[in-house]
Amino acid sequence: MATNNPIEKQAKKRAALTDTNLLLIITIAVFVIMYVCAVVFLGKGFAKPQTFFNILNENASLIILSCGMSLVMITGGIDISVGQVTALVCMSCAVHLDFNGGNVFTAMLIALGIGLAFGLVQGILVAYLNIQPFIVTLAGMFFAKGMTTIINATQFNVENEEFVALKSTRLTVPGMGSTNKLGEYVPAYVEIGVVVALVVVVVLFCLLRWTKLGRNFYAVGGNNQSANMLGINVKFTKFMAHLLCGLSAGIGGFVFFLHVGSGSPSHAAGAEMNAIASSIIGGTMLTGGVGNIAGTFFGVLSLSTIKNIVASLGLDEAWWTNITVAAMLCIFLLLQSVILANKNKSKK
Amino acid sequence: MAASQNSLKAKGSGENFFSRLIHNQLFIPIAALAVLVLFNLIADPSFFALSLDKNSAGDPVLSGYLVTILDNASELAILAIGMTLVTSASGGQDISVGSAIAIAGSVVLRVLCGTDSRPTALQAPIIVAFIICVLVSMAFGAFNGVLVAYFKIQPMVATLILFTAGRSIAAWINNNELPVISDPSFGYYGNFIPGIPIPTPVFIAIACMIIIALVLKFTNLRLFSQSVGINPHSSRLNGINPEVVKLITFIILGVCVAVAGFIKVSRLSTINYSVVAKDIEMDVILAVALGGNALGGGKFNMTASIIGAYVIQFLTTTLFKFKVSSNAISAYKAVVVIILVVLSAPIVREKLTELRKKLVPEKSVKEAA
Repeated sequence: MATNNPIEKQAKKRAALTDTNLLLIITIAVFVIMYVCAVVFLGKGFAKPQTFFNILNENASLIILSCGMSLVMITGGIDISVGQVTALVCMSCAVHLDFNGGNVFTAMLIALGIGLAFGLVQGILVAYLNIQPFIVTLAGMFFAKGMTTIINATQFNVENEEFVALKSTRLTVPGMGSTNKLGEYVPAYVEIGVVVALVVVVVLFCLLRWTKLGRNFYAVGGNNQSANMLGINVKFTKFMAHLLCGLSAGIGGFVFFLHVGSGSPSHAAGAEMNAIASSIIGGTMLTGGVGNIAGTFFGVLSLSTIKNIVASLGLDEAWWTNITVAAMLCIFLLLQSVILANKNKSKK
Repeated sequence: MAASQNSLKAKGSGENFFSRLIHNQLFIPIAALAVLVLFNLIADPSFFALSLDKNSAGDPVLSGYLVTILDNASELAILAIGMTLVTSASGGQDISVGSAIAIAGSVVLRVLCGTDSRPTALQAPIIVAFIICVLVSMAFGAFNGVLVAYFKIQPMVATLILFTAGRSIAAWINNNELPVISDPSFGYYGNFIPGIPIPTPVFIAIACMIIIALVLKFTNLRLFSQSVGINPHSSRLNGINPEVVKLITFIILGVCVAVAGFIKVSRLSTINYSVVAKDIEMDVILAVALGGNALGGGKFNMTASIIGAYVIQFLTTTLFKFKVSSNAISAYKAVVVIILVVLSAPIVREKLTELRKKLVPEKSVKEAA
């Protein structure tokens, strides 16, 4: 295959700017522009590195959930159970640590187990029994919500020493920091959850880009039947997407738990919608076949930056945040729709 | 020979009857209802007791669990009508109905209260408030509809926008105040009209059902939405405009939302933005699914959806009666949903048919012997 031919080269260049890349570039650009604007117009709060790292600290679990969600969305499905699974994981771990005298390691295993169990059951129902993912995961969401209340109906803070030590562990970021009002230099820090989140992002990014399974996700999402004819095991691929999403919900749940340090039935309420919104803003197409984990990562950052901007504008009544998030979602959805329409037109 | 043929024939028709029964769309919701009724009969027959009490105003009212079910299922049934049409035409569900109800209720209160959040007298006639509420809800329905029909966004995701923003918009309409209406005549629509012992929402729900039955009978709505749901491209070739049909179904759902929202605020004469009609979208979608309607669009059976709505409410009330906390109810509902969808999954159905076929020949061999 000689690529010296200039026409072929050009074709390759054009092909490189696929929908995935275009949407990714838009997302990153929006995030950078938004952040720069925030720094320029809203003063020094946003210029502090810690502000940025706080966004990461607060959204570590959302990043993990959104990555799992993106996987499922790339295969053309959806998983709306992740938020309530997070709540269930928090509550189970909290009860395990405080009431049953468990240790942190077993709590982690519980978190992973719950995530895997949800992924497994939902995956089987969606992939092998061919039931609509929306209905299956809706039932999963109901189930997790109910189970959380059945385990324990009230909110309480975990006081297990081992856990509290882990929760308050802060990793300083070398070379970053700012001087506070007293003139002392305060180094910027991140929580352990952020490291976990970044690892998940990198692992899933590599999975999607360089493994057979990852490429199969795109193929199945792009066109179910063609994928089947190419010899891809469509059912298994869909199953794996749901399994990985469930697993990431388990990990994300534990990271959330690590951040808040308490169990409550109202934890992570609406997280599934935030995860879907982040994935969409990050350029994952709902129709399947298009998406990128890096985009999802920036999607979460954009979503939380805009929330922070709205809060620092003084519009801190809860409704403004929701309305801006919805408006942003709307814009990105319309953008996707327009891109898709253009693509179809050029094909014809 | 003749006898055996006869018996074959008889068995054949029997099997036909059986398979027709199984494949009738009304079978699942009615069977579910029957199971629930049976369960309650065995567990505690007093579930079905009705009594004629007097309420605080001294008017006669019927009370009992059955009345509660009929009463509380009204909003569900009304919403199920719109949701069935949306599901049929667009092949997706509207998850914003709960938030849209908050908006509708907020609009009603805003019009009735004017600028004062605790008015002594109504600032506008109730009918005006209702009409404005219907118009606003239709506008929001049209917003969803345009996104779905013209921008080709999946319904669930297009309505995610309103789902996120709806309750905030509702709070914003009333400046985040919680208006309370003291005029008793406003409460008639969600509770009882003096002298009539049956809750008013039941009548409103019946009126909506009659209207939709007439609409389906005398217009092409059923044909159009089904054909658009089954195949939008061939519908277009046959002269149906799929975009307009989808838009219309969303606007009809908007009207249903307005009626349901009006009942909701009338019940309490006030509103709590974050709680009103919470999770009702899930119940409505469940009702549609329970009615055996394909959630991927296409053919629908309105009666089955409406019965589905009552079954869901029956289940909820039954669980309440057994002192299941309102939050834990969802776990039980989830189990019911999973059982239902697994049973109605095509693959499982095929397996069941095979199983029956395996069983049936054995019988015939025995009979022949």
